[in-house]
Amino acid sequence: MKELFRYIVIPALLLSFYSCKKDNRSAPSTYLTGAIMYKGDSINVERNQVPYQLYQYGFGKVGQIGNNTTFEQNGSYSQVLYDGVYKLIIPNGQGPFLWKQDVSGNPDSLAISLKGNQTVNLEVTPYYMIRNTQITAAGGIVTANFKIEKIITDSLAKNIERVSLYINRTQFVSGGDNVAAKDMAGADITDPNNISLSVTVPPITPNQNYIFARVGVKIANVEDMIFSPLQKIPL
Amino acid sequence: MKKIVSIFTVSIIVAGMWGCKKDGSFLDVQPNTFLTNEQVFSDPNLVLSVLADLYNRQVDFSSLNGGWSTFADFSESFPSENGSAYIVQRTGWGYGQWGLNWFDSYNYIRDLNLFLQRDSAATGLSDQQKKRYSAEGRFLRANFYFEMVKRYGGVPLITQPLTYDYSGKVNDLQFPRASESQMYDFIINEAEAIKNDLPADVSEKSRASKGAALAMEARAALYAGSIAKYGATTPAVSLPGGEVGIDPSKAVGYYTIALRAAKEIIDGQAGGYKLYTAPAGASMDALSQNFANLFLDKTSAETIFMKDFGKGVTHAFTTNDQPYSFSDEGGDAGRLDPSLNFTEQFEKLDNTFAPFATTDGSGNPVFYKNVQDIFADRDARLAGTVILPGGSFKGQTVDIWAGYRLADGTVITSDQSTTLKPLPGTTVPVQVVGADGPVNGLELRTQTGFYIRKYLDPTIGSGRRGQGSTTAFIRYRYGEVLLNAAEAAFELGDNTSAALYMNQVRARAGLTIPLTPSDITFDRIVHERRVELAFEGLYFYDMKRWRLAHIVWDGKPTTLSDLKTNIGKATQHSTQPWGLWPYKEYAPGTPENGTWVFKETLPALVTGANRFLLGNYYTQIGDDVIAANPKIVKQPNQ
Repeated sequence: MKELFRYIVIPALLLSFYSCKKDNRSAPSTYLTGAIMYKGDSINVERNQVPYQLYQYGFGKVGQIGNNTTFEQNGSYSQVLYDGVYKLIIPNGQGPFLWKQDVSGNPDSLAISLKGNQTVNLEVTPYYMIRNTQITAAGGIVTANFKIEKIITDSLAKNIERVSLYINRTQFVSGGDNVAAKDMAGADITDPNNISLSVTVPPITPNQNYIFARVGVKIANVEDMIFSPLQKIPL
Repeated sequence: MKKIVSIFTVSIIVAGMWGCKKDGSFLDVQPNTFLTNEQVFSDPNLVLSVLADLYNRQVDFSSLNGGWSTFADFSESFPSENGSAYIVQRTGWGYGQWGLNWFDSYNYIRDLNLFLQRDSAATGLSDQQKKRYSAEGRFLRANFYFEMVKRYGGVPLITQPLTYDYSGKVNDLQFPRASESQMYDFIINEAEAIKNDLPADVSEKSRASKGAALAMEARAALYAGSIAKYGATTPAVSLPGGEVGIDPSKAVGYYTIALRAAKEIIDGQAGGYKLYTAPAGASMDALSQNFANLFLDKTSAETIFMKDFGKGVTHAFTTNDQPYSFSDEGGDAGRLDPSLNFTEQFEKLDNTFAPFATTDGSGNPVFYKNVQDIFADRDARLAGTVILPGGSFKGQTVDIWAGYRLADGTVITSDQSTTLKPLPGTTVPVQVVGADGPVNGLELRTQTGFYIRKYLDPTIGSGRRGQGSTTAFIRYRYGEVLLNAAEAAFELGDNTSAALYMNQVRARAGLTIPLTPSDITFDRIVHERRVELAFEGLYFYDMKRWRLAHIVWDGKPTTLSDLKTNIGKATQHSTQPWGLWPYKEYAPGTPENGTWVFKETLPALVTGANRFLLGNYYTQIGDDVIAANPKIVKQPNQ
């Protein structure tokens, strides 16, 4: 025991003093926040699925800053950074929207010069928007009524693969996180201005008297879905 | 002091005398620690040892010496090792997943190119020898580019050793990515160019042979054809320069090449390859045994090209994966447990698909007299690929059962087989769970109710860490060639030939009712490859090239009804590995007492659900690589 103290504990203690020197940079403290928007409306997506990439020149390193930088469910993002000049892109093919591209088809970068906390909203063009969503619950059935507005109508337009109503017991609601879902194929939509979907609430343990719901649109050949704002529905 | 001076002086003088040799002869000493290129490339045995190193540096997606977990993903199995539970707890894969080490890969390609250059410059070898070595080097290079294109799509296609001239400029060493179709064309053309320089010899299995070149060509052309055809369903997975994605108009051409190359093997032009079959009239058990032996018998006429082990080089597959109670190393066992998702894919002998009947129409459990009765009348490959409850290994029966089930449905079980409990109405504690599992969260025993049988070595001591197993990993085999031919023929509209090829593989598995040409569908092709080629490192690439991966692994949890419906359909989604747990019925005095009931169970550790993104179709090329060579374009959706 004494030996252990002499040969392990004391050197370990001595070693730990080395780290007492002040040698670290101060942590980054400038907030960059914002959201993906279309004409003032924020675009709701699935959490952890739609990435954006931040770059900064000049340090001899390449590649984006951080890993897995993705938008929140409500389309917002936030980063804590040092002051400086950054560039932001959304990679091609990501998100239920189009991000501006340069002539050679690469994503165009947005320069952000950060000095103090800043909010930068990212303007994109979604394929579709979900409007006038009304979600109600009655008799254990959640019903959603909504309208789909087609935004991109030129040669880049894409069809609707399906629309889905998702409900979950937590605020994370999507194709991957739900307790029940109802799909309707795009071909079955008769009137995009008036779509109605309903789903039966399954038994939830532990029981709760509310549920979270969103409707989403899956666009053909686009991976990410666009959603309506999250709603908390009392049961 | 005097003494020191004299010793010192004498030694200096003695040492100084060494310098009296003539400078020329002093410096010109034959090194005895390395051989020059000229020396190596004048002795066939030395060239062969260089080649052996090059063979050894080939890579496989799943490999016996690459660790058991290279077989484990995609809900085809459950990883019964707590440190690897992340495989079933993640909700997707990073874009960098399944990549190769870029530096090592191009180092290897450089060594192959150097080998080819030196071989062609060699003067001390006969033309015959030079030709064969050159063909082997080119085979390895083509096969390695195949490994790269499967993961990355087009990569820089370097066929000459590149040398840096220390000028500070590296522009002429930076090559852009070839297009995906150029990669496949390269592989196909190389195979065609070298096939006649390689021996058409069935017994040549760990070195390249004509059969290996043709098998590689058939597989590569098939992959290219399907990427061309099915890539059209995912237009987002393509790049404008063609580095990823192949023009749909090329599909027919590639399928034609695949069929032609496969046919050359089938017609015996590469040697007498044939299926490894049991004697006619063999029982189902014998057919299963025969299928398992295919992977143990290194002389099988089915094996075309394999990575062999032996002579001190061994692997730990059996150590890691044999059933727990057979462990040679105090519990090091049982990691790779095939899932119910996979095992239920095996057809019934009447060519129909059905889940294992655990409940009857009204939801009551079905009672089986013997534990294996539930698996009766299925494809012999089921028992040949997995060890089922009640199955045997090394001549002994495995002990797989999850507990006692009472008549009211309650279950009596314990945390492991050595924890005994008394049954109701008795006082004597008895074993209430199988020694080989399953118990939720109890690692190294099965947690799905199944163990892997493919590659499992019944040799005594093969599970010891020190001894290891010497079973070979088969890279190309005749069974796959037949399925490649079947798929290519089907895609070219020739269902009659497709049925002919596929029925040979099926007959070996006891499915003796032949499929008719109209039975051959895309679903059938997908299904047959999934069961025949399971755990051979091909399933993942199949799902990628058919662009099924994002449909099958869609991130939605797999429910029991998902599991039991759409069996045999290519698009059946499979995101979580389920298990099938057997229980002994305990109801003294009733006819059910002592019978077996089964319950589909999602192992408790499974919390994630596989989600394959469009950006996962082609592995990310690292930022460091792109920084070093800005001509390399990024993968789509990344």
